[in-house]
Amino acid sequence: MLRQKDMIAEHFRELARAKESGRKVVYTFVPGNLTELLLAFDCLPVHPEINALQSGMRKLSGEYIAEAERHGHSEDVCTYVKCDIGMLLKGNIGPTGEKLPEPDLLLLSYTGCFTFMKWFELLRERYKCPVAMLHVPYQADGTLEPSMIEYVVEQLRRELIPKLEQITGKRYDEGRLAGFLAASARAEEDLVWVLESAKHRPSPIDAYFGGVYYIGPLFTAFRGTQAAIEYYRELREEVAERMRRGLGPVTPEGELEDERFRLVVEGPPNWTHFREFWKMFYDERAVVVASTYTKVGGTYDRGFRHDPNRPLETLAEYCLGCYTNLNLPSRVEMIARYVKEYAADGFLVNSVKSCNSFSAGQLPMLRRIEELTGVPGAFIETDLVDPRYFSAANVKNRLESYFQMLAQRAPAARAEALAP
Amino acid sequence: MSSPATAVLDADAKAILARCEELYEDLELSAVKAWKAAHPGALAIGYLPTYVPREILHAAGCLPVGVLGAGEQLEIVKGDACFQSYICHFPRSVIELGLSGRLDALDGMIFPSTCDVIRNLSGIWKLSFPGKFARYLDVPQNFDPRIGGRFYRRLLDELYRDLCRLSGREPGAETLWASIAAYDENRRAVRELYELRREEPWRVRASEAYLVLRAGMQLDVHEHTELVRSFLQAVRERPARAVDDARVVLCGAFCEQPPLGLIRTLERAGCEVVDDDYMLVLRWLGELPRRDGDPLDALSDAYLAYTGETASRYVPDGTAKGERLVQAVRKSRAEGVIFAAPSFCDPALLDRPMLQAVCDREGIAHTALKYAENTGQMQPIREQAGTFADAIKLWGDV
Repeated sequence: MLRQKDMIAEHFRELARAKESGRKVVYTFVPGNLTELLLAFDCLPVHPEINALQSGMRKLSGEYIAEAERHGHSEDVCTYVKCDIGMLLKGNIGPTGEKLPEPDLLLLSYTGCFTFMKWFELLRERYKCPVAMLHVPYQADGTLEPSMIEYVVEQLRRELIPKLEQITGKRYDEGRLAGFLAASARAEEDLVWVLESAKHRPSPIDAYFGGVYYIGPLFTAFRGTQAAIEYYRELREEVAERMRRGLGPVTPEGELEDERFRLVVEGPPNWTHFREFWKMFYDERAVVVASTYTKVGGTYDRGFRHDPNRPLETLAEYCLGCYTNLNLPSRVEMIARYVKEYAADGFLVNSVKSCNSFSAGQLPMLRRIEELTGVPGAFIETDLVDPRYFSAANVKNRLESYFQMLAQRAPAARAEALAP
Repeated sequence: MSSPATAVLDADAKAILARCEELYEDLELSAVKAWKAAHPGALAIGYLPTYVPREILHAAGCLPVGVLGAGEQLEIVKGDACFQSYICHFPRSVIELGLSGRLDALDGMIFPSTCDVIRNLSGIWKLSFPGKFARYLDVPQNFDPRIGGRFYRRLLDELYRDLCRLSGREPGAETLWASIAAYDENRRAVRELYELRREEPWRVRASEAYLVLRAGMQLDVHEHTELVRSFLQAVRERPARAVDDARVVLCGAFCEQPPLGLIRTLERAGCEVVDDDYMLVLRWLGELPRRDGDPLDALSDAYLAYTGETASRYVPDGTAKGERLVQAVRKSRAEGVIFAAPSFCDPALLDRPMLQAVCDREGIAHTALKYAENTGQMQPIREQAGTFADAIKLWGDV
């Protein structure tokens, strides 16, 4: 945690110094991010969703959203967008209290979320800077077709790379990119090991609330860096030690002992009440052993690793494989597999109002997963960063009822449901 | 007083409109069933907004059927069980139609890449109807013929071959060109109807034009072209009194359709909708840039070259954002824009502030409202639209 804090603080210091250091600033999104390519051009990435979620955790998002709505943005639309626009309107002060630099490029990785496109059209209006659109086709049939990879590679080769060359004044160096990709693969290996450690009983990690800290460096500005390699090596060692000692996950109130429920969670967390939300789980000794949110920035546990021998193709495959770019049957299959492989007692859908990409279709998904696994699911509704949509009493009530129901299930039924 | 000839024409127009309203209200797809009965073995393929290349469906021997929801006519039960309260209404009614068997006449469905909800609806469809043809059509957001064009050409080819396999037809360039010609003709007829609306809006009410266009969602292309032309002939000559309502462009209704009652409410409130984005599939391609060589290339090129704008399509040049709307306003001599978006429609509602800013810059009056396809309470909309029309007429600015 401390190491990650240092890494983030250093990144924001770099951003604050970007104009003096001459490094170009590229705003881009987490799903389908091309961090290694940006590093190959010495660019500094900024992720608006991360800014929004940090604003949510720092209790600033409500005011930012209100500001955006005062400027004509509908109450119906994605609150990440409104939080970001509101933050911009209020001076674009980042999480470290320093003003974020304006972008030299908006890299619109159109991966798994339609709203990204509108978001950067809106930012383009404000910043008047160039935009590079990278259209990543949707895996509608659950397969990754060669034509999709070729389409993305062609966009990278013919449009994005020339644009980065133009903005930075640097030539594209594929060897340098390959070096970053090799570093990514090493860190990815360790991340997967950490996430899969939750198969152990008791799980040494919480793969949702704790998971957001584990995915942080790899999903944002640090993939491909030595710092990320070290972070994940240390994390793996720490988790391995916890597992060896039979310890449960660490929570804000200390170590969770005597794991009672093992859950799989679909959907992003709520950020405005993150601690309160987490507490509802650990108070009941419920541990999340697998989650889909920790796959939005890459489905590494399905075997994907960045491949330095095929630099552009591997970036394309990475973008195409992010969780929200998978069709609903694939998502159902993934969650059902998690329930079995992680020996979960139940699964929970946290349906967030803001994110249609995640949320549209979660109700039929829930029913299908129940059919496939025989394990009961629960459904709660919150939001990403709009505090108006987090009703603690409602959520707690539902969770408590769900945990009571899980507790009353006969062990035999649970064993039967989990049988292969 | 009208002559016997104009009385006949008026009767013709009324008969056509009655037929169109019947089609609009018929959720059982009787016309589609009749078409299938008349074409034994032929398939009907449904499609959702905003754009699909209907030429390809037609060339594969299929009847393209626009599925635009159930409007205000159907109580939604199963659809509500699939979507949370903050998802728009349209996918609920599509699911309701599907699960209640009302779409059984369709042999497949195409879901174009309009937004995340439609995208995920394609997955729900696959889970709900595993044996049926369901295709997500990922139209390109890259408009370079060497990149997006190449990708899209492949998608079109795949779609054409798959549909031909399904229908038992032999794929062929000539067949495709014939279908392209049929849809060109249809687009011309639709364009004429819009021209008439622009020039003499009192001859065709907006709600009437809507019904005539909406018939194109169910009828075979030739039959629809004929219907539009017959209607045009009838209304051009029928007696009509010029009125001076506020001319407006309606923007934001490209997917979930406003209920007919809403369009009629705007009329009653003194707003003359002289352009809109209701069913863009009828107008999307405009004129095909070329008419020889490979027909799939031609369709792909036409898609890439399309200069129209809708929220589901990326605008690469930021300075061009809103250009189409301004052009529509200028061309139709509109006095204002009504931003009418379905509730919870991310594309339309996220686009709106950008388009409003363009309107402000260009000195175009505008107002905004939200609806759902089953909106029943029209009084607030009537008051808002009436105030907007009055403001335009009284002060010329809002």
